[in-house]
Amino acid sequence: MLLEGIPASPGIQIGTALLFLPEELDVQNYTIDESDVDKELGKFELARNKTREELQKIHGIIETELSNAYAGIFSAHLILLEDPMFSGEVRKEIRLSKSNAAFAVKNVAEGLVEQFSSIDNEYFRGRDADILDVARRLVNNLLGKEKVDLSNLKKEVIVIAHDLSPSDTALMDKEKVIGFATESGSRTSHTAIMARALEIPAVVGLSKITSRVKTGDLIIIDANRGRVLVNPEGDVYEEYLIEQSKFLEFEHSLITLRDLPAMTLDGTSIELACNLEVPEELASVSKYGAQGIGLFRTEYIFIRKKNEAPSEDEQYESYKEAVEKVAPNEVIIRTLDLGGDKFASYLGLPEDVGSMMGLRAIRLCLRYPILFIPQLRAILRASAHGKVRIMFPMVSRVEELRQAKLLLDQAKRELTHEGIPFDPDIKVGTMIEVPSAALTADIIAKESDFFSIGTNDLIQYTLAVHRVNEGIAHLYEPLNPAILRLIKHVADVAHEAGIWVGVCGEMASDPLVVPLLLGMGFDELSMSPISIPEVKKVIRSLTIVEAKKIMNNALSFSTAHEVESYVYSEAMERFPDVLMWIDHRS
Amino acid sequence: MPQRTLEIRNEHGLHMKPAGLFVTEAGKYKSSVFIYKDDMDDMKVNGKSLIGVLMLAAGKGSTITIEAEGEDSDKALDALEDLVTRRMFDEE
Repeated sequence: MLLEGIPASPGIQIGTALLFLPEELDVQNYTIDESDVDKELGKFELARNKTREELQKIHGIIETELSNAYAGIFSAHLILLEDPMFSGEVRKEIRLSKSNAAFAVKNVAEGLVEQFSSIDNEYFRGRDADILDVARRLVNNLLGKEKVDLSNLKKEVIVIAHDLSPSDTALMDKEKVIGFATESGSRTSHTAIMARALEIPAVVGLSKITSRVKTGDLIIIDANRGRVLVNPEGDVYEEYLIEQSKFLEFEHSLITLRDLPAMTLDGTSIELACNLEVPEELASVSKYGAQGIGLFRTEYIFIRKKNEAPSEDEQYESYKEAVEKVAPNEVIIRTLDLGGDKFASYLGLPEDVGSMMGLRAIRLCLRYPILFIPQLRAILRASAHGKVRIMFPMVSRVEELRQAKLLLDQAKRELTHEGIPFDPDIKVGTMIEVPSAALTADIIAKESDFFSIGTNDLIQYTLAVHRVNEGIAHLYEPLNPAILRLIKHVADVAHEAGIWVGVCGEMASDPLVVPLLLGMGFDELSMSPISIPEVKKVIRSLTIVEAKKIMNNALSFSTAHEVESYVYSEAMERFPDVLMWIDHRS
Repeated sequence: MPQRTLEIRNEHGLHMKPAGLFVTEAGKYKSSVFIYKDDMDDMKVNGKSLIGVLMLAAGKGSTITIEAEGEDSDKALDALEDLVTRRMFDEE
């Protein structure tokens, strides 16, 4: 079976599927014979025992490694497992309604959830989640489904899911996951970004894949073309083995580019840096020849700590590691960009409807200095160990930059008073990703040492497109005339103000966009490390004169499609081998 | 039938942890244990069921009436009264 989706991270991988469906209570409704009732009760008892052991084990681990309060949840689950209103009712249902055990569990659990829904008090009403959690474990044990938790996998798998949240991927066993295939998502969704960060092939936007694949199926991911093959025929399999080795060869040849400069044929240089999502990627920085970290995302530390915010010291150690590893090159550390799909539940923040435009990023930090100051201090402390710049996300007006700088000054004064070293001349910049900031870039440029354009969010806000919405993901167009005009405007303003300007969105790694960015005169492009060789090849195939010409022509078109067709034809004349592995997306 | 009426005094009422302690204690006795909140004696729940006790949603300031029936009913009631009133579910 062949499924088509959107390529999210390049490569070809062949492996076994692991269907990751954490939310499903996927049971069949069938009845059993009278004579099988005892057997079914026995099955239920076995599943209960297995579940009890699991819960005891988890409780033990958590009690020693984390906090008692968190462990308390699992001791409560153990009690729920023995509860007459739960297990007793399940047994009754098996006996009287002749339901199969899994169905009985689901039924009883849902019935209890129904009863809980009428409780006034939110806390008590919310305990239905615990009942469902225990029910889920029981069902998994009854159906012999592997308790799916991506952090402890026994063998290499290709993960098939509806979607993968930042929490799922933050805790994942990175040695064992060799590819992703998901139903929702786009090239810039979190799943895609994570896959590129881990350098594993991924395809997203695969309609209904979770109902067509089961754990254990043989999967071929052709992420170059955006395809997934399930249980393919022998000859198809052979063909792909060959293609896989050819692609690995191509990738290898790109690595030889590592030590060559990112310079046009007529001598114009541009800095190529990388975006980092998690510290595990640090090794890739030098592997792919990045000249530094153009975007060091700090959210992973907050996501990985389940019950509280990471301390200033924890953050400092992490930032310091990156700074030292990348020296003498520079790290641009972006302050917390939490909210939206990177929400961490422990903060107990109110449900933020429309959270992309909600209390997030710099707004959240300005509202909660108790979160922000420790991070600022940690970043400053790290600046004593190498070249660091600090950058604020989601700035939508100059006042936010001013307030952030005031808090930064406070952090500096505290550290000075405490005799802790930091770089007093640390450069402070702004991420330009909100349209208002792009449009008032000249005002912000007066108070900002540099800009970095976050095109992912800029495109979403400007074109009013939510990138994770499967239905309209195709409206997310980096080459849309509005976007090209906006980013050129920011580049022009920066040049006029004499400040450094880079691009750190996914657009920077698109071979069809690179000539345009080159022509606009950006100082730097920052991207996933694996994209660097490809982009370098593009730069080394052009002259700056050509790039400017292509850019100007591109700005004359009315639709993204026209721009793409035009740049594609120019690209085919200059770097066709880079395009070979990309499907011309029309 | 032997019973006691007690006030819930701890901060978050009969939430997960106290409810768990209550049910675990009640489970030690042979007697049946039923409880109801305030004067709602038509909505009794099994005192040995965590789910049942949680469904009472008994917050701070509410009263619960515990009914125990069986050979060790007095012992059960004493222990439960101790837990609720004196020890306040060990939450001080």
